[in-house]
Amino acid sequence: MSDTLMHTPLNNLHKNSHARMTPFAGYEMPLQYKNGIMSEHLHTRSHAGLFDVSHMGQVVLRGNDFKQTAKALETLIPMEVETLNVDRQRYGFFTNSNGGIFDDFMFSNRGDHIYMVVNASRKEDDIKYLRENLEPLGVSVRNLENRALIALQGPTSQRVLEEHFPKISKMRFMDVSTIPIAGAECWVSRSGYTGDDGFEISIPSQAAEIVTTSLLEHETVELAGLGARDSLRLEAGLCLYGQDIDATTSPVAAGLKWAMHTSRLSGGYKEGKFPGAEKILSEISDGTEYKLVGFVPLGKAPIRANTELFVRSSSSDKIGWITSGSFSPTLKHPIALGYVKKEYSIQGNRVNAQVRGKLLEIEVTKLPFVKKNFKK
Amino acid sequence: MKFTEEHEWLRVEGDLVVVGITEHASSQLGDIVFIELPDEGTTVSKDDEIVVIESVKAASDILSPLDGQIVEINEMLVDEPSKVNEDPVGDAWFFKMKPDNMDQIDEYMDEAAYSKLIS
Repeated sequence: MSDTLMHTPLNNLHKNSHARMTPFAGYEMPLQYKNGIMSEHLHTRSHAGLFDVSHMGQVVLRGNDFKQTAKALETLIPMEVETLNVDRQRYGFFTNSNGGIFDDFMFSNRGDHIYMVVNASRKEDDIKYLRENLEPLGVSVRNLENRALIALQGPTSQRVLEEHFPKISKMRFMDVSTIPIAGAECWVSRSGYTGDDGFEISIPSQAAEIVTTSLLEHETVELAGLGARDSLRLEAGLCLYGQDIDATTSPVAAGLKWAMHTSRLSGGYKEGKFPGAEKILSEISDGTEYKLVGFVPLGKAPIRANTELFVRSSSSDKIGWITSGSFSPTLKHPIALGYVKKEYSIQGNRVNAQVRGKLLEIEVTKLPFVKKNFKK
Repeated sequence: MKFTEEHEWLRVEGDLVVVGITEHASSQLGDIVFIELPDEGTTVSKDDEIVVIESVKAASDILSPLDGQIVEINEMLVDEPSKVNEDPVGDAWFFKMKPDNMDQIDEYMDEAAYSKLIS
């Protein structure tokens, strides 16, 4: 099987670091290293974890100028792109004609082009979709297959990068910059998927191992795998495409209204004009049947994805389902995300989760589970 | 000691069999965060799913290796599931069972055969 899986430029480094490799979105990726998920997770929260996310798609959109490119991208997403300042990044998602989510991603204004990072599992579809829709508008779509991507996450991340580029401390959350690390031209954004301070670093493939190795030389940095990446993002209450959100889920139900700009919503000067706008705008005004919320089980058993939720007095009245569930290494108890009917979504409400034939009580709780720690 | 293909170890103690999981299994599972054990006195058949083990990442089952009755469970694991990572073949046994037929244990691997399986 492994010979059909793609390798990232850091594949050798993983194997030399005793990674346990796993297939993920067509790539052979490190699930964990020798210390394990719990230790990698806690190390990222207390110091810094380094993740290979080179399997994700890096895409450049380029029209005649930024404005034209921004306007073209706005036809596919409910975000404001035109007003994004140079070297600033935003979170966005493609909506589909049914008002679901086609993929979610980060995008930034790099002066004369837009740089995007999309999900590994979606990148083929995204690139095809972007080409079909943006090329007729005069915007080229380039899939950057010659760059690796790593994430350095955790409270010491800034200290680590300062050794390579002292001015890194000037970057705020969601700033983007091009800086040299170990002689390579790296594109750095102050962002991540853990809820902690950190940086995402795009590196020319041939320099990926040198740059990564030089960051790992810092005493506070340890490698962390996909397992810790998942438990960290869940603690931060961040959605994972394919699990918490997908083509059938409403961004409004998923609590992603914050990412949609008022200029694109009802009454805005660029109202609508994105796929599924009618449905999504009506959901914003009328509400949705279900809402994505955080849950904390009262017992010790983790509640996993696809677990069905019921009202407390009955096991026949299904009111929701879990989309992500794990054990929180920081809080030392299980946590979960799931959709539940709106009338049950109030904080403190308790519902039943059906686990191996038993009904276990879980409580709606506020998100994130673990407080975010961004550099504002 | 005997070993199953499901990575359990079986140790005979008088007319009882003590069951746990191997070092190999505990390291493959990763950090164990939850264990659900059967009730003492439960009558079980071979291959019944009787223990649930959850790591940070996923849930897995432990099957009963023999027909018989659960006579004792290791309550310590309910409060300290991580003991299974620390000492799987010692303190972190799962349950003791009284087999209907002690000969049933003979079908399982000895240590040499098990070592070969996981190598």
